[in-house]
Parts: sequence; structure tokens; C-alpha cells
Amino acid sequence: MPGFESLLTIILLIPLAGALLLAFLPAGNARRLRLAALAVTLLTFLASLPLVFRFDASAQGMQFVQNVPWFSVGGFSVDYSVGIDGISLFLIVMTTFLMPLSILGSWSVQDKVKPYMILMLLLEVGMLGVFVALDLVLFYVFWEVQLIPMYFLIGIWGGADRIYAAVKFFLYTFAGSLFMLAALIALYFFNGAESFHILQITERLASEEILLSFRAELLLFLAFFLAFAIKVPLFPFHTWLPDAHVEAPTAGSVILAGVLLKMGTYGLLRFCLPMFPNASVALAPLISVLAVVGIIYGALVAMVQPDVKKLVAYSSVSHLGFVVLGIFAFNLQSIEGATYQMLNHGVSTGALFLLVGMIYDRRHTRRIEDFGGLAHRMPLFAALFMVITLSSIGLPGLNGFVGEFLILQGTFLNSAAFAVFAATGVILAAVYMLWMYQRVFFGELTIEANRALPDLNLREILTILPLVVMAFWMGIYSQPFLRKMDSSVQFIVDRIEDSRRDQIFRVENRGN
Amino acid sequence: MEISFLAVAPEIVLSVFGIVLMTLIPAVGRARQAQLGYLALVGVGLALVASLVQWGERDVVFYGTIFQDDFAQYSKILFLAALGSIILTSIHYLRQEELLRAEYFPLLLFSGVGMCLMAASADLIVTFLGLETLSIATYVLVGYRTRVMQSTEAAIKYFLLGAFSTAFLLYGVALVYGATGTTKYLEISRAISQFDGLPTGLLLGVGLMVVGFGFKIALVPFHVWAPDVYEGAPVPITAYLAVASKAAAVVAFLRILYQVAPELSSEWHAILWVTAVLTMLIGNVAALTQTNIKRMLAYSSIAHAGYLMIGVTVHNQLGAQGVLFYLVAYALMSLGAFTVVQLIGRRNEASVQIEDYAGIGFRFPFLGLALSVFLVSLAGIPLTAGFAGKLFLFAAAIQGQMYWLVVFAVVASAIGVYYYLRVMVLMYMREASGEIAPVDLPMATRVLLAVMIAGTLILGIFPGSILRLASEAMQF
Repeated sequence: MPGFESLLTIILLIPLAGALLLAFLPAGNARRLRLAALAVTLLTFLASLPLVFRFDASAQGMQFVQNVPWFSVGGFSVDYSVGIDGISLFLIVMTTFLMPLSILGSWSVQDKVKPYMILMLLLEVGMLGVFVALDLVLFYVFWEVQLIPMYFLIGIWGGADRIYAAVKFFLYTFAGSLFMLAALIALYFFNGAESFHILQITERLASEEILLSFRAELLLFLAFFLAFAIKVPLFPFHTWLPDAHVEAPTAGSVILAGVLLKMGTYGLLRFCLPMFPNASVALAPLISVLAVVGIIYGALVAMVQPDVKKLVAYSSVSHLGFVVLGIFAFNLQSIEGATYQMLNHGVSTGALFLLVGMIYDRRHTRRIEDFGGLAHRMPLFAALFMVITLSSIGLPGLNGFVGEFLILQGTFLNSAAFAVFAATGVILAAVYMLWMYQRVFFGELTIEANRALPDLNLREILTILPLVVMAFWMGIYSQPFLRKMDSSVQFIVDRIEDSRRDQIFRVENRGN
Repeated sequence: MEISFLAVAPEIVLSVFGIVLMTLIPAVGRARQAQLGYLALVGVGLALVASLVQWGERDVVFYGTIFQDDFAQYSKILFLAALGSIILTSIHYLRQEELLRAEYFPLLLFSGVGMCLMAASADLIVTFLGLETLSIATYVLVGYRTRVMQSTEAAIKYFLLGAFSTAFLLYGVALVYGATGTTKYLEISRAISQFDGLPTGLLLGVGLMVVGFGFKIALVPFHVWAPDVYEGAPVPITAYLAVASKAAAVVAFLRILYQVAPELSSEWHAILWVTAVLTMLIGNVAALTQTNIKRMLAYSSIAHAGYLMIGVTVHNQLGAQGVLFYLVAYALMSLGAFTVVQLIGRRNEASVQIEDYAGIGFRFPFLGLALSVFLVSLAGIPLTAGFAGKLFLFAAAIQGQMYWLVVFAVVASAIGVYYYLRVMVLMYMREASGEIAPVDLPMATRVLLAVMIAGTLILGIFPGSILRLASEAMQF
């Protein structure tokens, strides 16, 4: 696409330059710092819009590609290589979309505003980098680098148990990804073509120019899978999530749930499935079981939480279980549904965390029992919360429905049992969300402190309204989103189909 | 060429400056002793230039006892740069501790001569002489805080164990001489290639030399001295031991295994492998429980010796380059970390407990940022020199198909992250229990730290140039 080769690089550079700019602003003027950060993130969002308009849905492969050698010495070469396909496209736009809202949602941060905003912008660079990187080392660099700002955001501006949560978050992710580092270096040497380029390696694996024994493939798959499963998080790797989500400041939770978790599922789609289809197929039943366990377990634990934020955190475990289940059902509906559900989860859970943050700012508590009857005092807040609640539980006409429906439909084609069990998760979601909603908003206003609560102010409305609009838009008119994903998802499905056909062929030959 | 003074010009310059400084000590008043430090710095600078101009020269001089090659120059430049930064931080340290007696600087210069000789040596006797020159100077320097019991204890411990390990080295040299009939590297190499099967004496000899070098590198199980000595020594000397003296032994060891007796590496492979794994694991695990930051960095330096051993063990081109690259990376981040530790330690090294770092990050933003960059690099997180170094070493091991070695390295790195993070947790996430006393940060040290931060990041983002130099250095 002539004229747009550097667009992705520019999108990466805007927040980076913004962070540098903020470093030179005086720390005393918090308002100016907030506005500057907001302006930078809005600019990044605007810069990312041409990606959507210029994206060619009919073309296979990567678009907006830029490739520059990074360093190359003695048989070791790494490129700065970026590009997007139908899967990463929307994840990028979702990231740039959520960032300004998170900054708006951080207005209540009073302490050390300057480092906070700088870290937020650096975090954005890291997250966007993960989604655009086409070189394994570059991917790993971004994957790790975004940990540091998030670590500090949780550890400095978080709640009471922030240090424990921050360290746990960092260690889990870091330990998981080190094996991925080893695996990607191994891929480089198996490739033998002096390149870490993701597409090249994927193609050479597909055409069997790189021949992996099944054992090697399985080990490589597991090394990547571990990193992604921790990030998603897939049951039983999820224990860092409730801590991190609950302790993080509001914007941190929004970004964690909205974007960081999607890095894991994105990694599964970008690496595990297309590179190691045989291992993926072989382990799919096991992974699907874990996903279903996660769906039901997450929902059950969410149901009994006394803390709204923790409830939302556990609901993420449940929702992400759907995504993983969809990915490992290996058909067009299920994977498209999973990708769509990643976006939905970003919108609805991001919005839920923002809403919880708004009430926390007013009352400095998030316990359900401290509320009740809020609808009387804060009708607007209650209404918006209702829309997002319904979007989260997948009411038709809102975004969550489309993703969950596609996932369940695709899974059913693959295995009816998984689909049936997973569907109970949808019911449970309705139970815990509506029950929570009822206890917080309906009934009488019994607690004195809640009588004087003001409804949302203009800034808060501006923070949440875009997400509500998106929830409707993505629920009613999903076709433009799904159509842009088609060819990229089809590529992954084909890859799995090929490997299955080869296996059947081999088995038949052995039978003769 | 048989006699070439250029080849040993760095050593000559350092020696001359050392002798001149010693004669100047009585002439210069007590108040102006610090100026001798700056004079020493000039000497190191000149030696650095003398080494730089020889880049690309390739010769064996002084009757086959001294190499003049890029490997020697690469190592010397690294040593001299480290030495320079140590002298710079020492001036401030000695002034603060009121330990300004000028023998300090000649001793450092003489130890520098020893290191340079080790890098260039083409003869076991010269290697031994270099090691001894280095060691004896550092024995004295470790005990330089004469008012502090721990420092004296550290010096005695270091001296006794060091002397013991040097004996091993010397015995090893004797055995190698017995097996090959020569102490000259090139002749040993020729003799080995003519052997039909390796004689036991040679294997044993090199094995004993591993003990000698292993002591200086602080490889497990020869590491037990390191924590006590690192804790007792003055901080700049701790940094010096952790970086320069370790690097000198690694370089000498690397030359023997890669250039002189590559045939031996397969024989010694299993032992090197085990040593590498143990060093990485024990260093990192022991560091977890430390409460004193000098001891923590001591164990961290043991762990990093283990990572270096990956490159030595795998015995391929990428591994050797990786070691040379990692030495530079490690020098930057470790010297940087110790410099911050020295500054935060304040007078009498009063604040060297990890607890003392609570709240430092926001109280001293520059020092906090600096230490964070160095710790992040030590932990091996991308965009820092430490990550690039680990990437190359891991890659070398994977290329050599030593997958288990990589698995252990990965596990060790994952453990290591915890204690580096802990310092950052204290710096930024905890409040100090009382008022934080001010820190004296001289301009020269500030500039030095800035250079080290820049170096750590530049090596992490653009590792190509140093790696290219390392690959040239490995063309024996």
C-alpha cells in the first residue's frame, strides 16, 4: 500500500515521543500533564484509523508492512519488521481506542501524575508493538517491555496489596515467556535461513521446508503455549489475574483486561496454531477441557465475590475461556467468534472496570454490601452500567452476543459436549452479573453514605459513552468487523485442515 | 617480530604511572592526594589509547610469549575502561571515607598491568605472572578499610583462599609442561595436535588450571569466598573484583579453551556444563535470601559468571562472541549498580542493607532511574545490554543443541528476576521509615552514571557494533 508503509511505525512513535515530551513538562501541573497524555493518546487513535479504512479485506497476508534490518552479525540477524492482518488490525484499534478512555478514567490519580502518565504512554508503545511485530525477537522485546510499565503502575498506584500483586504479575509472565525465548531461538536455527521473520518461518513450516519431528513440534508448541496460557490466563494459570486486576489502579485494570489478556490469545492465533498445527490438534481436547473448566470455574467464583472489582476480574477468566475454546475448535466461525469476543471483552470489561472505578472514587469501597439502591441517586450511572452488564452477559443486540454465539456454534460443530458445558457459562454469567446489579442498584437506599452520591459528571460520561456506543454498534452491525477478519482466519483454518489431512493420509498409508 | 614495545605499551604506561605515583606520594600534601587519582586516570587513558591503536595488528612477540591480536586489545580496552571508572568513583569514595592514602591508586594500576598481561599472554608463565600481579594488588585493596574489622577479615580470607587456588593453577601449569614439554601456547597447541589421544597429565593439568581460574571467576564450587570478600571490601573494590578481575580470568580461560587447546573442550565438556548450571542456580537462589545489597550483588555476580560459562561450555563461534559481548554488558550494568550502591551507602557504608533502599526512587530520581536500568539489565529484560547478551548466549547453546543447558539457564534467570525486582519494589513502592539523608553526588560520578545508562541501553537496542568487534576479536 504505497504511502502507508511507515504508518505502523508512526503509530508506535507517537506515544513514545509523547512520553519523552511529558518527561520535560514540570511535574507540578497535574492538569496539563493529564491533558497532554490525553492529547497524545487521541492522536495515536486518530493515526490508527487509516488502518481500518485502508485495510484491504480481500487480500491475504500482511498489510502496511515495513521491514528494516535491525542487526545482523555472524549468522545472527534480527529485523525490525511490522505489519498487520485482519486479526491484529482490530486489536490495535481497540488498544488506541481504550487508551484515551483510560487516561480520562485516571483523572482521579492525584499522586505522582507525571511518572504515571509517562508509564501509561510507554505501556501503549509496548502493547501496540506486540500486535504489529512480525519478527520473533521484536515480538519478544515488546512482549517483555510492556511488563515494566504495568509492573510500576500496579506497584505504585495500586491498592493495599499492590506490591504482592505487582510482583506476582511480573514473575508469572516473565517466567512463562522465558521458555518462549528459548523456543523462538530454536525456531531460528531450525529455519536455517538466518531470519526470525514470523511469516517466513510459518510458510516454511507449512511447506515442510522446515521439518520438525512431532516431539520437537510438541515441545516448541508447549514453550509458546505456556507463555500465552499464563497471559490469557487459562485455568489453572489464572491465579495472578484476580490479584493484579483488583489491586491495579482503574486504568491499569482496564488495560490489563482490555488489551494485555488479548496478547495471550493473539499469540495463540499468530504462533501456536499456524506454526504447530499438529501439536495444536493433538492437544486441542486437553486445552478445550481447561477452557471449559475455566469458563465454569471463573463464573462460579465470580458469583460469590463480595467485591465488585474482583467479580469482574473473575468474569474475565470465564470470558477468556470462551475465547480459548473458540480458538481450539479450529473452524471459521469459532475462531472469528473468538477474535470478535476478544474485542467485545475489551469493550465491556474495560467499561465495567471504568464504571467500578467511578463508584470507587466516590465511596472508596467496592464491596457490594456497601451499596444498594444506587439507581435512585445515580440514574444515569445505573443505566449505563445496565447496558454494559447486558453486553457482558451476551444479550442479543449487544456485542457480547455475536462473539459468544459464533464460538458456541463453531464449538458445537466440533464437539457438542464442549459447547453444552460452555453454554452453562453463559447462564452463570447472567446470574452473577444480574445478581450483582440487583444488589448494587435496586432496593432501598439503606446506607447513609450513599444518599449524597452525585451522578456522573461530563468527563465520566465522555469516558464511558464511547464504549456504550461500541457495544451497540458491534452488536447490531458486526459484518464490517467480521468481513475484515475472514481471510486471515481462513488462513489459520486452512493450515489446521492441511495438517489434519496429512495425518489422515499418513494413517491410511500405514494401514495399507 | 621478537621485540615489540608497542604490543606491551598499555602495560608499560600503567607501570610507569604506578611507579611515578608512588614516588610522588611523599611529595604531595595530604590534602591533595586526590589529584594523584586524576593522574592515575590520565595513565589509564593513555594505556587505553595505546591499546586502541593496535586494533587489527596480529603478531606474536617477545619470543612467543605475548600475543598482539584483537582478542587481547578487546579485553584490554574493556579492563582499562572498567579500571578508569573504578578510579573515578574511588576518588569520591576515599575522600568521603577519609581513606585518601595514595598507595591505593598505584595498586590499582599494577593490578591493571596484571589483567592486561593475562589478556595478551601467550605463555603459561606469563599468564601466571599476570594473575599474581592482579591478585596481590587486590588482596591489599580488599583490606583497605583498615578501621573496619570485616574488611580485614575479607582481605585475609581472600588472600588465603587465593593463594591456595593459585597453587592449583601453578601445579596445573607444571603438569601441562610435563605433558607437552613447553609452556608456550603455540607450542602446546602444536604438541596437542600431534598427540594420538590426550595424555592424562595434560587433562589433569588443564583441570587444575580450571580450579585456579574458577576461583577468580567465582564459579561454583570455588565461589565461597566471594560473598564475604565482596561485603567487606570497599565498594569500588567490590565492583572491581566483580567485574574486572572476573573478566580477566574469563578471558584467559577462554583463550586456553578456544585457541590453545580446543581439543580439550570435549573432554571437559561435562564438567564445564555442570559448573555452569550449578553456578547459575546457586548464585541466583542464594541471592534471593540476602539482606545486604553488596552480598546480593555478590551472588548475582556469581550467577552471571554462570551465564558466561554457557558460552565457554558450548564452544562455538556464537558462544565465544556471546561471552565477549556479555563481558562488556556485564561490566556496564554491574559497575553501574555498584556505583549507585556506593553513593547510597554514604559515609562508612552506613546504608548497604536492602531495606535502606525504601523510598529512594522518588527521593533521588536520577539514582533511582540509574539503578533501575542496571537492575532491569541484570535481570535480562529486553532493550538492555543484559538481554542482548543473554540472547546471544542462549542462542549459542541452542545452536550447539544443548537444550537442557538453556532450560536451566531459563529457570535460573526466572529465579533471578525476583531479587532484582525486590530492590525496585523498595525504591518505588515502599515509603522510607524515617527521613532519607541526602546523598553526595559529584558531577563526575553523575556523568559516569549517565554514560553507563546510555551504554546499557545502546548495547541493548543496537548490539550489532559490539558484537561485530567481538567476532573480529575471536579470529585467532
